[in-house]
Amino acid sequence: MSDFFTVSVLVATLASGIRLATPFLLSALGETIGQRSGVLNLGVEGVMLIGAYAAYITALRTGSVFAGVLAAIGAGALMGMVYAFITVVMHATQGISGIGIFLFGLGFTDLLFRQQVGTPVPIDGLRGLDMGALSDLPIVGELLFSHNMLTYVAFALVPVVWFAMNRTTFGLNVRAVGETPEAADTLGVRVNVVRTQAIIIGNVMAGLAGGTLALDVGIFQQNLTSGQGFIAVALVYFGAWRSSGVMAGGLLFGVVSSTVLQLKTLGIIVGANSTIAAMAPAILTIVVLVLVSRRIGAPSALTVPFERDN
Amino acid sequence: MLEMTGITKRFPGVVANENVDLVVQPGEVHTLLGENGAGKSTLVKILYGLYRPDEGEIKIQGAPVEIPSPAAAIDHGIGMIHQHFMLVPTLTVAENVALGLHGRRGLADMGPVRRRLMEVSERHGLAIDPDAYIWQLAVGERQRAEILKALYREAQLLVLDEPTAVLTPPEVEDLFATLRSLTDEGRGLIFISHKLAEVMVISDQITVLRDGLVVGRTTPAQTTREGLASMMVGREVKLGREVPDQDTGDRRLVVDRLHVRGDRGNISLDDFSVHVASGEIVGIAGVSGNGQRELAEAIFGLRPIESGTVQVRGETIAAPSPKRVRRRGVAFVPEERMRHGAVGEMSVSENLMLVDYHKPPFARAGLLQFGTIAERCWELVRRFTVKTPALSTETSHLSGGNIQKVVIAREFSADADVLVVAQPTRGIDIGAAEYVHERLLEKRAAGAAILLITEDLDEALQLSDRVVVLFEGQAMCDLPRSEATTDRVGLLMTGVSEGAPAPA
Repeated sequence: MSDFFTVSVLVATLASGIRLATPFLLSALGETIGQRSGVLNLGVEGVMLIGAYAAYITALRTGSVFAGVLAAIGAGALMGMVYAFITVVMHATQGISGIGIFLFGLGFTDLLFRQQVGTPVPIDGLRGLDMGALSDLPIVGELLFSHNMLTYVAFALVPVVWFAMNRTTFGLNVRAVGETPEAADTLGVRVNVVRTQAIIIGNVMAGLAGGTLALDVGIFQQNLTSGQGFIAVALVYFGAWRSSGVMAGGLLFGVVSSTVLQLKTLGIIVGANSTIAAMAPAILTIVVLVLVSRRIGAPSALTVPFERDN
Repeated sequence: MLEMTGITKRFPGVVANENVDLVVQPGEVHTLLGENGAGKSTLVKILYGLYRPDEGEIKIQGAPVEIPSPAAAIDHGIGMIHQHFMLVPTLTVAENVALGLHGRRGLADMGPVRRRLMEVSERHGLAIDPDAYIWQLAVGERQRAEILKALYREAQLLVLDEPTAVLTPPEVEDLFATLRSLTDEGRGLIFISHKLAEVMVISDQITVLRDGLVVGRTTPAQTTREGLASMMVGREVKLGREVPDQDTGDRRLVVDRLHVRGDRGNISLDDFSVHVASGEIVGIAGVSGNGQRELAEAIFGLRPIESGTVQVRGETIAAPSPKRVRRRGVAFVPEERMRHGAVGEMSVSENLMLVDYHKPPFARAGLLQFGTIAERCWELVRRFTVKTPALSTETSHLSGGNIQKVVIAREFSADADVLVVAQPTRGIDIGAAEYVHERLLEKRAAGAAILLITEDLDEALQLSDRVVVLFEGQAMCDLPRSEATTDRVGLLMTGVSEGAPAPA
């Protein structure tokens, strides 16, 4: 265990925790926007898988990571339109529809992968940025100035999302339609349009989260996301629908994941124990959900479809 | 300024408005009077773009207009004060006002909104804190926020849907003063109410609706309260009711120093005591949200008691549960009949038997005795004049008044002689309300102890032998009938205790 508590290992673990937090952060921020508008999407996991596959296959075929990122965003937007149609237009039950999206994403990406790729081919994925002197700083350099571009994008989105929610008319509309859609409607806010926008933004971020994951590890495989999308939904509750809270949750999960990996790598936990340790994020999710079960701050109209009775 | 002609709106199975005409002049208060379900709300929802009419024409300032959405209504200078306030509780007053306005470059800049809001609020004497969250505001303040929202948008025609339902009598006076200042500026107001006294005070013109049709147009000078009531109901109505004096017996229900928390952990009953004797009706008056619901639930074992006791016939009920409380002979008419009083998806007979179904002769050896049950139910339906096509009719298909009769038939027919009755006539028509009042007085004459929790002040004053005003969980007074006047009780409802100096 003493191997773990050295400066270099702790710094490496934290740095990799920040990197691993990226997909959590992107997808959970996106889900926060959707939920603030009153729409729950349990299908984040499926959208992430589709984003991951889109990024992977595009990067593989074009050799461009940037094209891969765009493909993940596009796939997310497409899934957002599908989900908005299902829930906002057709009023389908949101919990069940989300499960459907997840199952679709899981099966569809696996099918495409088998047909189009077959045996896993690694791609040249995201690289850490080299910020010269900054990156060379001791400790701080590794912790803060050596990540890949999308990690910076994800963390930059935290204040951006806060600003969008609290200082723009769009954010005001989103908060209003998630809380009291009837009131927003009587003031001429187009409730279902606002919700559709929020869903698409949320899904774009979920798709990007998946893309980040695939481009970071440089590979795609069945169920690449392994439950991270579900954890992202839990993080929204954990973060009490605030971007800063979601960031704290994302970091917590990132660091827990990287710690488990590190302990395995160092051989501190081995065999059956390491399988159990791998369950740490799942157990943590359950603990977190129990702790925040009172749903303080939840949008009142979450999961309630809106239609003017006529 | 407004002309609605030949408005017809049909819903599946009902004609909500049939060929309705309504003309509103600038500077007048035009009252729409009618019972629940008469079509008042439908008509103004059409005007506000929430419903599309099937037939008819709307003209504003003489020009025909289409109003497909609230946004269009706002553009035509129409503002609406909804009965259930259309405010987002988690936003501030200013944010609620700004909602739906187009900010510059998509930014929600609250500075100018706040400034203009303060101007409007000062001009109309509607004091408000623009940065307060709606959930922090009292009901009267919420209503001011709702009115300001419309005035901010320069509404020339304001629709007020039952604005006085949630207000105390002094607040109603303030509201009426505001309304008068609005008409003085040349705005037109549509005022919806079923409270006749208010209608006589505030109206310039009155249009009476019944079953979707206009059944009369009049002015306060040309009619009386009885006249209006008769128009609303379609037959002679006698207002006011003589309640004979009678001696009371032993104390049947004693609530002693009760402390109870509300849904959010807030204190909702704070050292509240009341007692009800055999043969008397004790009215709990007050604006809703002051602990009425929690009181009924605490007595009936539906809400944990922090401290204090509930005694029935001198015995404290330990660990109260609805079953234990019922076994002591207490019956309960809950305020939300569709949530707690009756099961909408179940049949009329099932609802009538919800309390007694497991007792002989209705059940033997765990088997329901359908013959006996049907006999009993038909008897109840006849005795309580429930209008239902069959016993097997799904209860939610009945009118509000008839559902309430089903609940009352079940509760009043039991052996119970302690009754806790909450908002028994809320949302039901005058005929059904009269009927409920008669049954209550009948139970009183038979020696039952009745706790009547109501936010209808007239109902409380008319029926109660003693009136207790509930304000923020505390009893403000315990007045005998002779001393419970509208003015006195109305003031107590605002939290001004007697002996304390009135607020400036």
